[in-house]
Parts: sequence; structure tokens; C-alpha cells
Amino acid sequence: MISRLAVLLSLVVWLAAGAAGHAAAAPAPSPEVTAALTDLTGEDAEKREAAVNVLGTTRDPKWIQFLGALRDGSVYARTRAGKLELVVGGSKATKGDQDVIDIAGAYEREPLGTVPLSELKEVSADRRLRLVIKPFLDADETQVQLADPDPNVRRGAAIKLGNQAAAGTAPVVEAALKKESDRWAHHALAEALALIKLANGTGDERADAAHTLGALHSESAVPALQRLAADSGATPAERAAATYAIRRIERWGLLTRTVETLFQGASLGSILLLMALGLAVVFGLMGVINMAHGELMALGAYATFVVQNWFRATWPAYFDSYFLLALPVSFLVAAAVGLVLERGVIRFLYGRPLETLLLTWGASLIIQQGLRLWFGAANVDVSSPSWLSGGATVMVGLTLPYNRIFIIGLATVAVAAMYWLLFRTNAGLRIRAVTQNRAMSSCLGVRAGVVDATTFAFGAGLAGLAGCALTQIGNVGPSLGQNYIVDSFMVVVTGGVGKLAGTILASAGLGGLTKGIEPALGAVFGKVAILIGVILFLQRRPAGLFATRGRNAEA
Amino acid sequence: MPKREITALAIAGFVLAVALPVCNMLPAGSPFAVSNFTLNLFGKFLTYAILALGLDLLWGYAGVLSLGHGVFFGLGAYAMGMHLMLEIGSKSVYQSSLPDFMVWNQVKTLPLFWWPFHSGAFTLLAIVLVPALFGFAFGYLAFRSRIRGVYFSIITQALALSAWLVFNRNEMNLGGTNGLADFKTIFGFPLNQPATQRGLYVLTAVVLIGAYLLCRWITLTRAGKVLVAIRDSETRVLFSGYSPAAYKLFVFVVSAALAGIAGALYAPQVGIITPAKIGVLPSIEMVVWVAAGGRGTLYGAVLGAFGVNWIQSWLTTSYPDLWLLFLGGLFMGAVLFFPDGIVGALGRLGARVRRVVSRRTDPAVSTPSVSLGRPTP
Repeated sequence: MISRLAVLLSLVVWLAAGAAGHAAAAPAPSPEVTAALTDLTGEDAEKREAAVNVLGTTRDPKWIQFLGALRDGSVYARTRAGKLELVVGGSKATKGDQDVIDIAGAYEREPLGTVPLSELKEVSADRRLRLVIKPFLDADETQVQLADPDPNVRRGAAIKLGNQAAAGTAPVVEAALKKESDRWAHHALAEALALIKLANGTGDERADAAHTLGALHSESAVPALQRLAADSGATPAERAAATYAIRRIERWGLLTRTVETLFQGASLGSILLLMALGLAVVFGLMGVINMAHGELMALGAYATFVVQNWFRATWPAYFDSYFLLALPVSFLVAAAVGLVLERGVIRFLYGRPLETLLLTWGASLIIQQGLRLWFGAANVDVSSPSWLSGGATVMVGLTLPYNRIFIIGLATVAVAAMYWLLFRTNAGLRIRAVTQNRAMSSCLGVRAGVVDATTFAFGAGLAGLAGCALTQIGNVGPSLGQNYIVDSFMVVVTGGVGKLAGTILASAGLGGLTKGIEPALGAVFGKVAILIGVILFLQRRPAGLFATRGRNAEA
Repeated sequence: MPKREITALAIAGFVLAVALPVCNMLPAGSPFAVSNFTLNLFGKFLTYAILALGLDLLWGYAGVLSLGHGVFFGLGAYAMGMHLMLEIGSKSVYQSSLPDFMVWNQVKTLPLFWWPFHSGAFTLLAIVLVPALFGFAFGYLAFRSRIRGVYFSIITQALALSAWLVFNRNEMNLGGTNGLADFKTIFGFPLNQPATQRGLYVLTAVVLIGAYLLCRWITLTRAGKVLVAIRDSETRVLFSGYSPAAYKLFVFVVSAALAGIAGALYAPQVGIITPAKIGVLPSIEMVVWVAAGGRGTLYGAVLGAFGVNWIQSWLTTSYPDLWLLFLGGLFMGAVLFFPDGIVGALGRLGARVRRVVSRRTDPAVSTPSVSLGRPTP
């Protein structure tokens, strides 16, 4: 009870001081301020603290600035025409045998000329006084931030004020709340106000604040609410409000976590899809399992690294747009290497899938070691362009990073391009013809070799694109490909060959499952569970989700 | 078995199991002396050769390419390693009856699955049975649902990755990344004595010969013929009334057991077993031993395991950067230029030499220009 009384009392004092402060904004300082300034020069520590409080609670930026000067030890007192006057000291100098100092008025900072230091008496601030000053300065800084043009800065300031939950900041927050137009900054301000009221308000206010916090789904209010719910001094209404709010927040948390898991699953699925698209098409067309696919991806990532360095060295002003060039470059580099691989070695081994598997594994070792020798074994640093860093807040407590959104978008575009290529172009028609019946297509004049080469290069290019995208979310090192290759094979196996839909469904399913299981089992046992799941799944559908039917099935 | 093969086997067996150990017992200055280090290295290669035999039986004969044999090798090695760890008893660094890494991980009591490994007899059984049963369960699921070809290879590769991840975990109580090491004795014999190592070497050589005979016997039976038929046309075998799944499962289990035995012999000779021996790369390296040596010949697999590992131990000490490039080149070369491995290449070379020689001695004989290479499967 006593504590609440004290809160109430301080509130009253604060209100009074606030009213006084507004009056003091006029050129002629109010009597309270004048008295406070006189007290400051005195010796009584308590009076001096009270004086700082008076000055601080005026919330006048100029007095706050004065308090800053006081903390830094550059406030001086002098007696002029029988009256005590406070001044702020500037730069010091030595003139003759005297130390002189530039001084300015305490409030308006109007220059008052240069005077000998000996005429002034320093008004020092000891540690206790500095501690009293600090909150006012901090609050001031946060208040400046509350008026910042950038809504994110305003939001950050609001969150900070809410965490401090200092009684004195409520009117400021309320005023800012009325002016705020940005949705998330507005939300943060409302949350901050409720937090402040929850910490400092009266009984009814607290119940109201708890209710508001529940409606705002404020995750950061949970500890305070829990304290209130367990507080034996609180009224039953308050405690009920707090308990209800906690339940609401927790339910909301479950929702955001579910959405977040779905999003992460979609993002992992997109990476797998970007990799598996190339693999699946090549496997469907030529029966070639390309073990070097992961290394082609690493090549794409390193191509991005090189483009980035080139931009940094040549056009630092356009650094942000390097990524736009890196996308096609990584595609082309990987496609070129893929073409060389296909024409150079793989074409001699058609119809012998196990041999091509070993051959491409060998190629992958050579590419990997080549990258290691050329770029070094350590990871290289690829920085994100500014438009891919940060994230979009879509709901309370859930921010989706732009780079992940970008990857999902890239995968969608890649799938759409693939569909268009396969089903709307002549080249796609030829690819499908060779996939279905190589010999018959050759008889009808389709140059199977050309189709093979372009398809393989295209699949490799997709891997390069995936590598370029991966630079935005993971480390770039020589063994980059190894981390994803087995997973993307699982996608191909689960999806079955010959149908793009299988690949898409399998990557979405495996991506979602992995992220869904991970919280419960951990990354390692989650992976094991996925493997067991895939093996059991293949018991029911040995050739994957979408199997080729008919007489080609055994080929 | 043809007479020539028996003679060759006898000579190889004598050199490996008798001559080399005897040379090892010679004093160091003798021109025929084989150092302890070399003998130990050979012992390691021999364990690899045992594994390669099983892999060749599986791949070269039945046409099933497993990229996860490191797992079975690891299971055997860990089974042996667990017994050796328990044999240390309280002579360990921390003077606890628990293995050191458990003390380190603050495990207070011996996990239940460690208990049976106190018994040497159980361990010897487990070395064979654990990989075989695991292989049976995995193979049953895979072959029953007719997962074949590259699908099977990919699934086994995922198995290798998962096993590697699991064995790396500390909570499995298998030593985590550091694996099992610091063995002191094996069935009472101190492992740091050259005599014990020599004994292990001879045992490995004998097991290798036994494994060779077993695999050779399998290929000579009707079952062996069915395996080759499965490799060449599984569908036709199925339509002829055989069950390819049963035959493949059988040979998969045999090769898993051989891999387990190889691992069990590996652990005490090398003195350490870590998850690094289980993963994707070591598993696929095992395949290249067979590919480089020559598939479907058994002795080719033994030669390949020896040759590749010899080059590896030389390259990794002299030119560590080049090893992976060489390995990659070996994969590509073995597939592109020597589809039947060293053995096949030597055979073709021999045939050409014979042809040239015979042409020279009898110019009237004209040799038909027929390709002597094995028909590609």
C-alpha cells in the first residue's frame, strides 16, 4: 500500500513539476527554476538533487542541455551586480598570466564574452548528482529519437521507453502516439504506454494496461504481467486481467511460431527446390545423377563473391546493385562449367547411371579442391546489398527477413521459367521428346546430343543461381555444396523423375517437415527421422511421388 | 576354381601371411627387414581389402552400388572399440572404470548398451551380427520396395550422412567427434607390443584369405550366377521366377558383415576409430578402390584397396593439396578409361603383347580385330 502511495505521490509531484516546467518555457524563468538554480550552487546535496529534478522535469530541451553541461563539469557560477548567475563555460585559453574562458548564458546560450577563470566558481557534479541527471538525458535522447523521420528509429525508441517503464515518460509517449502514423511505430508506442502504466499506474489503470497489452500481443510484457498476476497486493480484477492477457499473448506466440516455422520451411524448401530442379530435369532426361551439382552451386556462390569484389573495387557507389549482375553471372559460370562437363566426359557414359554418378563425384572433388586452392580453405565474405538486409514485420512478434523472401521469390520464378521452357517452347518440346523416348526422337530428327548438352548446362546454371542465392543466407566456402547435396538428392528420390510437380511437392514437403521436426528432435536427429521417413515412404511408392508409368517405367 | 588362381592365391597368401611377418621379425639392419610401421600400414590396407571384397561382391557381381559401406565398417570398428575401451578399466587417465570421454562428458554410470561389451565373446559376435542385422533391416526395406540403381546409391549415401551425424553426437555416448581411442590391451595382450601387432596383422591376412575364398565360393555357386544375371537384367531374372530382392539382400548382408569384420580389425591396429571413417567421403572412397582395381574380379578389389591407399598415404604426407585432385581424377579415369580397372587394363596390355609376340613369331597368323574389353553392363 505504501509503495502505491509513494507512486501516487510522485505522480502528483511530477504533474505539478510538469505544469511548472511548461510555464518555465517562457523567457523569464519561473520562481521554481530560479530557486533551483540557486540551490544548485549551494552545498546541500539533497537540495541540489531536488534542483536537478526540477530542471529535468521541465522537459525543456534547453534545460536538459544545461544538465548535460552540468554533468560534464562546465557549469560555473558568478556574482554579477549582486546577483548570482549561472553560466556555461566554453573553450579555455591562457592570456598573459591569467586563465580565461569563453562563457555563455545558462538557458539561451547567448555568448557572454571571455572572462578570467578566477572570477568563476565551478559548480561541480559529483557521482550522486550525475546519477540523478542521467535518466533525464537518456529520456531526452530517446525523445529526440521519437521524432526521428525513420519509423524504425521511432519504433526502437518506443521499445526502449517501454522497457524502462519510467513514470515520467508517459505524457511524452502519449503525445508521440497521437502524432504517429507508421503502423509498427504506433504499435510500439501503444505497447510502451501500456507498459509504463502497468508499472506505474493505479489499480484500474493497471488492469486496463494489462488488457491493452493482451490485445497488443506484447511478448515483452509477459514478465511484468506474471508479476502482477502473482502479486498478492493486487485486486482480483487486476490479477484476472493479467492472467487473461498472458493467455492471449501465449496463444498469439504459438500462432507466430507456427507461421514462422511454415515460412522457414518454405524458405528451406525453396533452396532445395532451386537445387533439385536442375538435378531432376537432368536425371529425368539423361538418367544422370550429377554428384557435382553441389560444386556447381559453390561455383555460383564464388562467382557472386568475385562480382561483389569487382564492384567494390570499381564502382563502390553502385555496390548495392552488384547482386543484380551476380545473378546472371553465377548462372552463366555454372552453366559453362556444366557444358564442359557434359561435352567433355558425361556424354560418353549415357545409359550407365552408376558410372556417371562416380564420374561426377570425381569431378566434384576436383572442382572443390580447385576452389580451395584458388580462393583458400577459409570461408569468404559476401555482404548483402542493403535492400536484402533487414526484414518485413508482417505481424506482431514476427519479422520475415528479406533475403529469405527473396529466395522464395527466386524459386517461384525459376519454377515458372522451367514450366514455360518445358511446355511452351520448341526446345522444351524436344527435351520432353528425348526424355520420353530417346531413340524415336533421334529418328524423327531431334538432335539428342544438343538437347542433352543444353539441358545439362541449364540444370547447372540453375545450381549456380541457387549458389548465388545461398550467399545471402549462409557461409560461402569450398564445401558449400556438400551441405545441401544429399538433401536435394532426397528431394529427387522422393519426388520421382519426369514430373516437375513431384520435385516441387517433395521439396516443399521435405523443407517443411525438416523445419517442423527440428524444434522437437534437434537438427541431427531430425535429419535421421527424415531419412527414415523417406525410406518408409518409398515402401509405398518405390518410384517417388509421381512415377513414370507404362513401358518406360523399367528403362 | 582354376588351377592358376589356386597357385596365385597360395603365393599371395604365403607372402602376406608368412613372409612379411617373418621379415618383420628380422633385426632392423637386415636387407629384408620390414619395419613395424610398414607392417602396421599393410595391416590397415588388408582390412580395407576385406571390405573391398564385400563391396565388389555387391557391386561387381550383383550390380548394387552402395555408397554407405563406411557405416558397416564403423559399426564393426565401434563394437570392437567399445570392448577395448572397457578393457582399459581404471588404468585410464581419470582412473575411473568408465571410459575417459564419459568422465569428460560427466556421464556417471555406464550406459546400458555398453554392458554386454564387457564380454569378449559377445563382442566377437557383435562385430559380425550388428552390421549384418543392420544391413538386413536396411536392405530388406530397400530391396523389398524395389529401390534400385542410383536410387539405392543415393539412399545409402543419405544413410552414411545420417550415421556420421549421429555418431558425432556426444549424447550417443560413443565419444562424439573424437571417437574411441587410447586402447591399451586386446584380450589381455598389450597393443603397444610389436608382437601383438604382428599377431593382429597375421590374423587380418588370414581373414582376408578366408573372405576371398568365401566370396569366390559364392560367385561359383548357382546363387553367384543369379547375382550376375540380376546385374545384367534384373527384370528378366524376376520374370524367370527368381526373387532378385532375396539374392540382393543376401549379398548385401554378407558384404555388410565383411565390412564389420574389417572395421573390427582396423580399430586395434590403427588405435582409433572416429566418425570421420563413417561419413559420405570415406564411404564413396571405398567404391573407388573397387573401381580402380577392377570390378567383378574380387582380386581386383584387393589390388585396388592396396594400391589406392598406398598412393593416398604417400600423397597425403608429401603433397597434401594434391590428394583430392588425384582422387577426383582417379574416379573419372577409372570410369572413363579403365572401366574394368587395373586388372582389366593389365589384361588388355598382356593380350596385346601376346598378340604382337605371336605375330612376330608367326607372321602368317592374322589376329582378328575384336575388342577384348568386357561388354559394358
